[in-house]
Amino acid sequence: MPELNAYLIGETAWCPGCGNFGIRSALAGALAELELLPHEVLICSGIGQAAKIPHYIKANGFNGLHGRALPPALGARAANKNLKIIVESGDGDSYGEGGNHFVHNVRRNPNLAHFVHNNQIYGLTKGQASPTSDPGMKTGVQVSGVALPALNPLALALVLGAGFVARCYSAEKDHLKETMKAAINFPGYALVDILQPCVSFNKINTYDWYNERIYFPEIEDPQDWTSAIELSRQWGDKIPLGVFYNRPRPTFESSLAVLEGDPLAFKTFDPKEFAHVQDEFL
Amino acid sequence: MEVNILVGGAAGQGMDTVMNLLGKALVRKGYGLIYTKDYMSRVRGGHNFSRLRIAAGKPWTNIESIDIMVALNEETYNQHCGNLASSGRVIFDPQLFSLPDDEDRGVPVKLEKLAAEAGGKVMANTVAVGALLVLIGLQSEAVEVLLKETFAEKEGVAEKNINALRAGMDSAANSCSACFDLPPQNEGEKKLFIDGNQVLGMAALASGCRFYSAYPMTPSTGVMNYLAEKGIDYPLVVEQAEDEIAAINMALGASYAGVRALTATSGGGFSLMVEGLSLAGMTETPLVLIVGMRPGPATGLPTRTEQGDLGFVIHAGHGEFPRAVLSATSHEDAFYRLNKAFELADRFQTPVLFLSDQNFADTHRSIEPFDFGRLGYNRAIAEEGGFEKPYKRYRLTDNGISPRIIPGQFKDEVVLVDSDEHDENGNIIEDAETRRLMVDKRMRKLKALAEEMDEPDLYGDPHPELLLVGWGSTYGVLREAVDALSSSGTKTAMLHFSDIWPLPQKRLKNLLPGVRRSYCVENNATGQLAALICRETGLSFGGSILKYDGRPFMAHEIVKEVEDDA
Repeated sequence: MPELNAYLIGETAWCPGCGNFGIRSALAGALAELELLPHEVLICSGIGQAAKIPHYIKANGFNGLHGRALPPALGARAANKNLKIIVESGDGDSYGEGGNHFVHNVRRNPNLAHFVHNNQIYGLTKGQASPTSDPGMKTGVQVSGVALPALNPLALALVLGAGFVARCYSAEKDHLKETMKAAINFPGYALVDILQPCVSFNKINTYDWYNERIYFPEIEDPQDWTSAIELSRQWGDKIPLGVFYNRPRPTFESSLAVLEGDPLAFKTFDPKEFAHVQDEFL
Repeated sequence: MEVNILVGGAAGQGMDTVMNLLGKALVRKGYGLIYTKDYMSRVRGGHNFSRLRIAAGKPWTNIESIDIMVALNEETYNQHCGNLASSGRVIFDPQLFSLPDDEDRGVPVKLEKLAAEAGGKVMANTVAVGALLVLIGLQSEAVEVLLKETFAEKEGVAEKNINALRAGMDSAANSCSACFDLPPQNEGEKKLFIDGNQVLGMAALASGCRFYSAYPMTPSTGVMNYLAEKGIDYPLVVEQAEDEIAAINMALGASYAGVRALTATSGGGFSLMVEGLSLAGMTETPLVLIVGMRPGPATGLPTRTEQGDLGFVIHAGHGEFPRAVLSATSHEDAFYRLNKAFELADRFQTPVLFLSDQNFADTHRSIEPFDFGRLGYNRAIAEEGGFEKPYKRYRLTDNGISPRIIPGQFKDEVVLVDSDEHDENGNIIEDAETRRLMVDKRMRKLKALAEEMDEPDLYGDPHPELLLVGWGSTYGVLREAVDALSSSGTKTAMLHFSDIWPLPQKRLKNLLPGVRRSYCVENNATGQLAALICRETGLSFGGSILKYDGRPFMAHEIVKEVEDDA
């Protein structure tokens, strides 16, 4: 098994105590235990504190635009199906700016693990509401408190037909690591929404706040969609963690016969062999 | 000697399929032709028409005069009878409407009745084509063969259409005989009958494009239709994106991961792609992006043509980064030029924009088959020994181009790209020195890129007194205008740009200052190429000929403007 240190690189720009540290070490542990070498892995991210993770984990990295972590991941999937692709970004990136891509990639069901660092706040822009902020949270912009209901990413993903839906907590590292491994190995789109305290800007959803609420429910049948929906809707005094739903369905890749054989990126090509394609116009 | 045909009716009457068949049949028999469509942005109703010009050699454009009109509805006749030649003929259905009492050019054919008898009213167009064949003195065999090819998998459809075709011929033969002489047939090899979007789609496929993502938008959708069909048999993934933002970001992900990737859109969609274009510049990811122009601003005229986005694509994207802008001038050239776009994108690791427009995209022409041996496939991806280890994606080099490898290509080597300013590794930086080095590195690529730009095509008198300058899809119409002006005694030439940015300047600087009269001819309202030329070279034109009503130029319009200005 590779050493953890083979994956941990760079000097992080995160605040001391940030939930991102736990997520990063869980990811490194998951990759090591799955024996995925850096060159076999691609991490796609958008913009935000979470989206800096390609700079702190040794792997291929596409650190793209805000909200646009998923589309390049889909393109890369088509180009090289042998890469293990992980999309890592925050709640603003994944559910706000990139909401449309979230919706449609759940439908597409490409073989991607999507790890959302959900701290319910915009950290990099210094503390505005995110789509998952609880109603009532006051910020410099939401001066009278957040008026909108919070977006429920797990319920949304389930309704859209996601095959793997899980919730983790950055401080429960072993559970997070094991869930990441299951998500990476899941054949299809796998969403792991990771609750993560923001020590600088989110004064409501703190470590203490989570520690009082989280629990691990007994999930008898992870293929039971109705139970998964019920779990996804639990929030407040008790917050369940775990893999709520795990039921593969046909993937984006399985609908593409052209992906059989070598990855497209490594297939040879000679234009001269294509001259016959113009015959249909004769 | 030539024949100009106009077929008009409401949207949804299915004219296009059958006119394509007729066109292809004529090309197979060796006739030179051009087929253009003028259609509205609606699924049913309205007034759509298409023009088919059969002429000696290789016609470049359509003309206004009509020899044969097929009026599937009364509006077609009313709108176009002013352009019907005195010796012209109108094929119409006397059960749908009647022509004015003093109109003696009518060829009444009960299109719908005969179609219904043959198996369905929807084949009224096929009946009309039968009547057309009589007027131009052709047998039905070539069309029948094509009907069989086209409907090979639809039980009984070809037979019904052949019956409809023959019924149209029989009916027209009762009231007239061949009244038009076709031009001489071309000798030599078989010709293609193909539209601009198909040329681009085929060029992409034959350039080794492996990933195409787009959101449907007229007039670029034909590229996606072509490639989607090919994605069944060839190693190519075509993905309809949820929006244009996704389309360009998907293409960038695919390109980064190692395949040639393409997206296409029109102005509105391109507006959404602009941030992604900037990302391509910053991450130095090869990308080819076709912008099929239509009139804006905003939704504009969705199904019509304009050259209004030249300035936009040259300047689009926040920040400064190198790019190339090429354009589709003719079907013959665009095939190789889109290949060039892929080659440049890979070699310079930067976005290449390819400007098309509705006029080019939707026009079918008869042209020589393409030489696939001329296409390049140089990926410029480093092999073992072609880069220093450990690999650094943005290693500083003299020409600004860093050796590129792709993820997974080499054990222990990773490829990191970043939309933030970054160091040689691809890691985020904020220090002034690295920033300056990276900007310089990216912009250094421009020098060699500029050397790859083709000078504008010179056609006509090598020592002209009158010079017409244009770019993009006006190539053919300018040629015909040059021919017309030359034949009336004016020493005329044209300079036509296919590669536009970085602006190739040599030929322009040699020719323009010494010419007595010069016009920049553009399908836009502000003269965007003229403004660009002035900015880059200080040279200006004597005048400009601009058209921005959403319709392509006709040669006589250009000739008239020049002559009126004399």
